[in-house]
Amino acid sequence: MNLTLFVWRQKGPGAQGGLEEYQAKDISPDMSFLEMLDVVNEDLIKDGKNPIAFDHDCREGICGMCSQVVNGVPHGPRERTTICQLHMRHFRDGDALYIEPWRARAFPVIKDLIVDRTSLDRIIQSGGYMSVHTGGVPDANAVLIPKHDADTAMDAAECIGCGACVAACPNGSAMLFAAAKVAHLAQLPQGRAEAAQRVCVMTEAMLKEGFGNCSNHYECQAVCPKGIKVKFIAKLNREFLKAELRSCGTPEAGTPSRD
Amino acid sequence: MILDGRCPPGSLSEKWERHRHEMKLVSPVNKRKYRIIVVGTGLAGASAAATLGELGYTVEAICYQDSARRAHSIAAQGGINAAKNYPNDGDSVFRLFHDTIKGGDFRSREANVYRLAEVSGCIIDQCVAQGVPFARDYAGYLVNRSFGGAQVSRTFYARGQTGQQLLLGAYSALSRQVKEGTVTLRPRTEMLDLVVVDGEAKGITVRDLVTGEIRSVGGDAVCLCTGGYMNVFYLSTNSMGGNVTAAYRAYKKGAFLRTRAYTQIHPTCIPVTGEHQSKLTLMSESLRNDGRVWVPRIRGDRRLPREIPEEERDYYLERKYPSFGNLAPRDISSRAAKEVCDEGHGVGPGGRGVYLDFADAIARLGEGTIRERYGNLFEMYERITAENAYERPMRIYPAPHYAMGGLWVDYNLQSTIPGLFVLGEANFSDHGANRLGASALMQGLADGYFIIPYTIADYLARIKPGKVVRGHPEFLKSVEECKAFVGRLLSIKGKRTVNEFHRELGSVMWENVGMIRSRESLAGALKQISELRAEFWKNVRVPGGEEELNQELEKAGRVADFIEFAELMIRDALHRNESCGGHFRVEYQTAEGEAKRDDENFCYVAAWEYKGPEAEPELHTEPLLFENVQLAVRSYK
Repeated sequence: MNLTLFVWRQKGPGAQGGLEEYQAKDISPDMSFLEMLDVVNEDLIKDGKNPIAFDHDCREGICGMCSQVVNGVPHGPRERTTICQLHMRHFRDGDALYIEPWRARAFPVIKDLIVDRTSLDRIIQSGGYMSVHTGGVPDANAVLIPKHDADTAMDAAECIGCGACVAACPNGSAMLFAAAKVAHLAQLPQGRAEAAQRVCVMTEAMLKEGFGNCSNHYECQAVCPKGIKVKFIAKLNREFLKAELRSCGTPEAGTPSRD
Repeated sequence: MILDGRCPPGSLSEKWERHRHEMKLVSPVNKRKYRIIVVGTGLAGASAAATLGELGYTVEAICYQDSARRAHSIAAQGGINAAKNYPNDGDSVFRLFHDTIKGGDFRSREANVYRLAEVSGCIIDQCVAQGVPFARDYAGYLVNRSFGGAQVSRTFYARGQTGQQLLLGAYSALSRQVKEGTVTLRPRTEMLDLVVVDGEAKGITVRDLVTGEIRSVGGDAVCLCTGGYMNVFYLSTNSMGGNVTAAYRAYKKGAFLRTRAYTQIHPTCIPVTGEHQSKLTLMSESLRNDGRVWVPRIRGDRRLPREIPEEERDYYLERKYPSFGNLAPRDISSRAAKEVCDEGHGVGPGGRGVYLDFADAIARLGEGTIRERYGNLFEMYERITAENAYERPMRIYPAPHYAMGGLWVDYNLQSTIPGLFVLGEANFSDHGANRLGASALMQGLADGYFIIPYTIADYLARIKPGKVVRGHPEFLKSVEECKAFVGRLLSIKGKRTVNEFHRELGSVMWENVGMIRSRESLAGALKQISELRAEFWKNVRVPGGEEELNQELEKAGRVADFIEFAELMIRDALHRNESCGGHFRVEYQTAEGEAKRDDENFCYVAAWEYKGPEAEPELHTEPLLFENVQLAVRSYK
């Protein structure tokens, strides 16, 4: 199959970018989307031009590095599928594809389709963890975790940190990303001790990084390649409210009770 | 030279305990004065950097990805082994140790493997405390599954994403240390060289992948946690960026590389579909708990799998290895698959595939149970092949997956260069000639959480912190050399792209140095690779400039190293005149076609020393002594 691509090209962080047209010829339907771009890049290099820069690594849909908006949709048209796992059989011969980087205030473009997502790392660094040292922990079976809680925590923990939720959100909010981590840890008995403080510092970090707020568009859930549900945002809000009522994150707040 | 692994004396179970007390310590007030550089943030790197930071050392962690959370440990699916014996099915530290030694075809170091088995339980405790949501039963207890090469259930798992959850656990511990200020993270940074001053590792030279700046980083010790080298085959289950550069450049600076011929070809991957293919995708070994492997008995049978009656199917693993059946170890299962395909029984395009069938398991347990156990794997399979594995069997074929070889290390995980430590897949010590499933995650985390924090102190306590500063001539020299290397790549301006060279390298390696090797195939490959190397340096085209984000330049450097590295790998395979584990030489096999070891002549670790660009490397050996297990023919029948 043959396709026409309009790809965002931008030399560097401050540079003016724009869409450029390319032809992708003799594409096999069994190729992945990124393999199609590999073919285009090989041609560009042979023509003496600079190839399109894009982030990718595992190409198995788990590392979260690939990040492209195809025809306005982060990770392209297929549900629960990263762009690296999207195959060309889902497109038609002659299609025109507009390929752009994640767009959000907190994700400045570095080059072409590559953006800087270290803001997501900084949200985790603000407190998205259990404060546990290596060693000196109880036996793994000492604290029982009901199956339902473990499963729900896992549903949230599956987040790959790609940032598609932010790119899809009209407000550029990282609420689904932060909520997945808050919900994952708050669902487990080990995570309750710091739950109040965690939700407060992570929310604050999110605002500081320039992410917008959530106004329930649910675009994030629609594009999430791991199917993380917006119910976790409700969980974050509940956790936040509980913490606020106990005067957010201050030492006096103490440990909130189970409910 | 005979290498000494410096294993502590005493009985197996006393060694680590005793060694921990005999090693030197660094006092809490002095720890922050020592700067440790950790390269790579996978399971080994992230856990090491986090733990060393917790202890109070000053740590600088670098990775080539845009975030420390993305290293390829994240793609491990099936699980992590630990000798917890929760199911009460006869597991013990000794049994895990024994299984691992036997699985490795008696080519690993007893003391290291025993220590690994000893700390395995602590890893699970640690991960649970971090919030890793392992699978549990309705009463809230942890559950286990089985993996290849074991007759007990000792594998802990988090759906089909165990590696992801363990890595995110280590990443969260690392993030906590970033906040504490003990760890500085440098993503999008690649190591290009090791800086050795007066024979000791004192820093590295890196390239900032965004700005292109080449600079050096000084420290008191360096930990390489840079994974394996299976991308030497071009197509592998490794991430696209996975490379041998850090390890190979350390080798050029004097660290010995150990038996690289031990390469693991994973039996259950999605088959190749065409020339365009950029990587291969693994289907977890855990699927073999419930899936049955078979091929049609009739050669070239083109009927749909469901139309082939039971008596016309060959469940060859169950037939050949009745006691382990579909859970035979990886090297054995892979060769068996290649064999049946070579005989013309293969299925799918090009006849390069075998069926992995879940029909019996679905009939027995219901689709819901199978979906719960492997749902994400079935989805991934469907995405890539457009086939529904609940209705028709998966097609699978072996693919390069894991490197058992790596930089030689002693019991302290220290290489032949003092101050250079090597952790995880990048070292060699625990898996011998073949790694058992669910053991890589165990080893990476054992090295990072529970071994390096002790052993590195023993080195640091003997040196003065901050002795070597970055202005030292060795640092300047290293930066100049790296700049010259990059400049040379850019100046060739040839006709062929980096990918074309990489693909050609991969095809030579896969055909001649893959699952089955012979003296002829290896000698032929050696010649082809040396020609390829010459052509690469004359005819490669690397577009763009030096001081910018330039992905082709990154790839070019990695492929240049892979080409040189491939020659070493072949030399190693040529010298090892025996078959063991992942190294199968046609000249050395039993009447039944199984690997035939030669313990008389090859029961040693081969470690190679760099002798210059055109000189042949020099072989050193470390004899392997087995005091606690009987050297035996490895049988899974």
